[in-house]
Amino acid sequence: MAWLLNLLQVILFVATAPLLAGWIKKLKCWSQNRMAPSVLQPYRDLFKLIRKETVVAEGASWIFHMAPYIIFSVAVLAAAIVPLVAVQLPTARLADVIVLVGFFALARFFQALAGLDIGTAFGGMGSSREMTVASLAEPAMLMAVFTLAVSMSTTNLSAAIATLLHEPLTIRPSFVFAGLGLALVAVAETGCIPVDNPATHLELTMIHEAMILEYSGHHLALIEWAAQIRMMIYAVLLANIFMPWGLADNFGLAALGWGMIAILVKLVGITVVLVLAEAVLAKMRLFRAQHFLGFAYLLALLGMLTHVILEVG
Amino acid sequence: MIALYLLLLIPLLAMPVLALVGHKPWAGRFNNWVNAATFAISVILALIVLRAGTLISDDHWWLVDSFSVYLIALTALVGLTTGIFSGPYMEHEREIGRLTHRRLRLYYAMYQGFMLAMYLILVTNNMGILWVAMEGATLATVLLVSLYRTPESVEAAWKYFILCGVGIAQALFGTILLYFAASQILGTGDEALEWTTLYVHASEFDPTVMKIAFVFLLVGYGTKVGLVPLHSWLPDAHSEGPTPMSAILSGLLLNDALYAIVRSKMIVTQAVPGPLPGYLMMGFGLLSFLVAVFFLHRQRNIKRLFSYSSIEHMGTMTFAFGIGTPLATFAALMHMTVHSLTKSAIFVTVGHASQIAGTQRMDKIRGLIATQPQVGWGLLVGTLAIAGFPPFGVFVSEFLVLVATMESYPWLALPLLLGLAIAFGGLFRHLHPIVFGRKPEGQKPVQANMMPVFAHLALVLLLGLAIPGVLADWFDHAAQLISGGMPQ
Amino acid sequence: METLTSLYGQAVLLLAALVLFTSFVMLAQSRVTALVNLFALQGILLAATTALVAIVQNSPHLIISATLTLGLKGVLIPLLLHWLILRMGLHRTIDEVKRPLQLLLGAASLVVFSYYVTLPVVELSELETRNIIAASAATLLLGMLLMISHRQAISHVVGFMAMENALFFSAVVSTYGMPLVVELGVAFDVMVAAVIFGVFFFQIRESIDSLDVDRLSRLTEIEDNE
Repeated sequence: MAWLLNLLQVILFVATAPLLAGWIKKLKCWSQNRMAPSVLQPYRDLFKLIRKETVVAEGASWIFHMAPYIIFSVAVLAAAIVPLVAVQLPTARLADVIVLVGFFALARFFQALAGLDIGTAFGGMGSSREMTVASLAEPAMLMAVFTLAVSMSTTNLSAAIATLLHEPLTIRPSFVFAGLGLALVAVAETGCIPVDNPATHLELTMIHEAMILEYSGHHLALIEWAAQIRMMIYAVLLANIFMPWGLADNFGLAALGWGMIAILVKLVGITVVLVLAEAVLAKMRLFRAQHFLGFAYLLALLGMLTHVILEVG
Repeated sequence: MIALYLLLLIPLLAMPVLALVGHKPWAGRFNNWVNAATFAISVILALIVLRAGTLISDDHWWLVDSFSVYLIALTALVGLTTGIFSGPYMEHEREIGRLTHRRLRLYYAMYQGFMLAMYLILVTNNMGILWVAMEGATLATVLLVSLYRTPESVEAAWKYFILCGVGIAQALFGTILLYFAASQILGTGDEALEWTTLYVHASEFDPTVMKIAFVFLLVGYGTKVGLVPLHSWLPDAHSEGPTPMSAILSGLLLNDALYAIVRSKMIVTQAVPGPLPGYLMMGFGLLSFLVAVFFLHRQRNIKRLFSYSSIEHMGTMTFAFGIGTPLATFAALMHMTVHSLTKSAIFVTVGHASQIAGTQRMDKIRGLIATQPQVGWGLLVGTLAIAGFPPFGVFVSEFLVLVATMESYPWLALPLLLGLAIAFGGLFRHLHPIVFGRKPEGQKPVQANMMPVFAHLALVLLLGLAIPGVLADWFDHAAQLISGGMPQ
Repeated sequence: METLTSLYGQAVLLLAALVLFTSFVMLAQSRVTALVNLFALQGILLAATTALVAIVQNSPHLIISATLTLGLKGVLIPLLLHWLILRMGLHRTIDEVKRPLQLLLGAASLVVFSYYVTLPVVELSELETRNIIAASAATLLLGMLLMISHRQAISHVVGFMAMENALFFSAVVSTYGMPLVVELGVAFDVMVAAVIFGVFFFQIRESIDSLDVDRLSRLTEIEDNE
C-alpha cells in the first residue's frame, strides 16, 4: 500500500512539474501586464520536442547521448526522496539529505560534461560558470539542511520533517536564517534572476542555458523536464522544511487530501514571492554571483551557529 | 563625611563657573584657589582616615580607606602645583596666539572636570561608577589634547579617544562579568557591585568567570595605564597636548587606572586559586618596562621621550603590584608617589624648555643651563631623579622592587636591572646636549615659576633620604590592606 | 536546564538573533547612510528585547533602561550622525571593504570564538536568557571588527556605538541589567562621547580635509623627516 502511494506521489511530482513552470510563467506575465500563455503550454512544448528529430554533432561521445537520460532519472529519484504530500514513505526512508545533494551534484556533473563534450566555446563557458556557481551553492545548501538535521538529530529528510510536524509551533531563529539561505541557493541553482536570466538569448550572459545549446529533440525534452522537476524540488523543500504543517503523516484519505491542499497553497505562495523578487531585482554580473552565494552561505552558517548557541541547553 | 562630599562638590561647582569666566586674566588664580581648597579638604580627609580608619558611608556608596586617601591627597597636590604652573603658562600661550578665549574656557572647565572624575574614581565604592568616572576622565581630557588644533594634535586626540574608548569598553565587559559572578551569590542589586561587599564574599565566586572578568578588566584598564601592547595612544596624547595636560595625564590618570586594576585584583585573588592574576600583571608590567626602555632611545621629541619613561615606570609598578608580597606592594605605592611628583615636575620643566627653544625636538633644544639656569638645572635634576639616581625617592622604590623581585622571582631581577641601565643611558644620552653647552643665538629666558618643580623635587628627595614616619605608616597600612600582610 | 519554548522565549531568541544579524550586515555595508540606519535598527531591536525581558521579569528599572536605549541609541545618536553626514557632505562617500566575503567569514569565526569564551558564564547562569550571552559577546567583537575594517571616521563612531550596544545587551541578558545608577552613568558617558565625536569630525576635517582616518598618520615611530 505504501509503495503504491509512493509511486503515485512520484508520478504526481513528475507530472505536475511542468504545470508549476507554466504557473510561474503566467505569474510573471501578469506582473508585467502581458498576456500569458496557458498553464498547460509547457506540456505542449515537451510533447512537441519529443516528436522532433534529434540532431547530434559528429564528435559527440556517449556522454552527450547518455547525459539527458541520466539527468532525468536522477531528477525523478530526487523527487522520490522529497516529501510532497506525505512523509514516511518507503523511498524517503531509504535516503537522506546528503544523498539528495549528491543527486544534484551527479546531475550537474553530467550536464557540465555534456556541455564540454562537443567542443563548442559556449558550452564550455556555460559549464565553467555553472561549476563556479555550484562550488558555493552546494556548501550553502548543505549547511542549510544540516541546520534542520542537527535540530532534529537525524539527516533523514523525511524523518526530520516528521519530527518537526509533531513539535509545537515555534519560530526558531536558526530556521529563519537557514530558510533565507536555502531560498538564495534555490534562486541560484534554478537559474532565476538575479543569478541567471532564463529568458535570455544572449549567449554571453547565459549560465545554464549555455550548456544545453546543442541539445534538440527528445534529449532537450528530457533536460527541460528535469529542470522543471528540479525547480519543483527546491520549492517543495522550502515549503515543507520550513512550513511543514499540513503534511500527511499517515496514509488515510483525509490526511492525504489535506496534504495536497497544503502543498498547493504553499507552492502558490512561494511562486508569488519568487515572481515578485524577479520583478524587483536585476540580474547581477557574474562576478557578483560569488558574493550573492557567499551571503547565502553566511546565512546558512549563521543559522547553524544560532542553533548551537541560542537553542541548545 | 562632609569632607568627602565637599571634595566632590567643589570641582563640580567650579566647572560651570570656569566655563564662563575661563578667559579672564584672573581665571588662573581662581583655578588655583579651587585647587587649594580641594587640597586642604583632601588633607583633612587623610587625617580623618588615619585616625579613625576606613571611612564607609552608610549607604555604601562611598569608600575611603588608606589606599585611596593617599592617592586622593597626591592627586590634589599635583593638581594644585600643576595649576599654579599652568596659570602663567596658558597666559603666555594666549599672548603668542596659540589659544583663543573659547579654548581657554574649555581648558579650565575641563581641568576641574578632570579633577572631579579623578576624585570620583578614588572615593566610589561601586565598580560600575568607577568605570563611569574613568570614561568621564577620558572624555574630559580628549578635547584638551587637541587644544592646539594642529594636525598632529588632532590625530593624537583621535587615537587617544578611539583606543582608550575601545579599551575601556573591554573593562566594562569585565565589570559586567564581575557583576554576573557576584550576583550568583549576592543576588542582583547594588550590593553585587560594591567593592566592600565583593571583598568580603569574593572567595565564593566562580573562579573561571572571575578569571575571564579579570582578563577583561586588566586589558581594559591597562589600556589607560599604558601597558604594552595597548600603549600606542600614550606617547602621542602626552606629547601633543598642552604641557599642563601632559603633567596631569602622566602624573594622575595613569595612577588612577592602576588603582582600578589593583582594586580588581584584590577581589579576584580571593576568588581565583593560583597565581594567574599576579602573573598576568607581572607579564604585562615587565613587557611594558622592557619595550619602553628600548623605545626611549629612538625618540626625537622631548615629550615623547618622557612619555615612554612614564610607560616604563607604570610597567614597573604593575609588575610590583603583580608580585603581590607586602614588600613589593609597599615599593609600588611609594613608586606611585615619587613617580607622580617627579614626572609632573619634569613635564612642567620640559614645557618651559620648549617655550625657550620654540620647539619640542630635542636636537633643536640646546644650552638650557646657559639660557635659564633654573630650567636647565631643574631638568637635569628631574631626569636624575626619574632615572633612579640615589638619593632620590625613585632610587629607593626601585631598589625595594628589586629586593622584592629577588625574594620571590630571583631570575627576573636581571631583566629589571638591565632595563634600568638601558633607560638611564637613553635618558642621559638625549639630555646631555640639551642642558649643557653654549647658549644658541637669540634664545631668551621665559617667565617661569619654578617653585612647584622644586617643591616636588624636594619632596622626592626627602622621600628618598628619610621617609617621614607618618608616610611610612600610611604606606604600611595601604600595603597591608592590599596584600594582606605587613611589609618588613 | 530548560530551554525557552514559550512564546516570550521564542520572541526574545528571535530578536537576539536579529541583533546579531544586523551586526553582520553592518560589516558588509559600504554606504555610510545605510550603516547609520542599520545601527538605529540595532538600537530599536535591542530596546525591544530589553522591554520584552522587562515586562516578563517584572522589573521596572529595566523598562527605564529600555526606553533610554531606544531614545539614545535608536533615535538621538542616529539623528546626530545623520546631521553630521549632511553637514560634512558624507552621504556620497563609499567606505568599501576590500574583501567582504573573507570579512564575513572571519566574523562568523569570531562568533564561534565568543561562544567558546563565554561558555563558563553560560553554564553558570540560571537565567532564562543565558544562551544569548554568547550572541552579545559576539556583537561586541563584531563591533570591534567593524572599526578595524573600515576607513571612514564615521564608521569608527558607529562601530564604537555598536560596541556600547553590545555591552548593554550583555548586561541585560546575563544579569537582567546592571543597577540603574550605573546604567544611567554609562548612558551619560555615551551621550557625551557622541557629542565629542561630532566635535572631532569638524576638527579632523579642518586638519586633513577629509574624514578618511587612514590618512591620520603623521605621528609614527618611524620618523624619517620632520
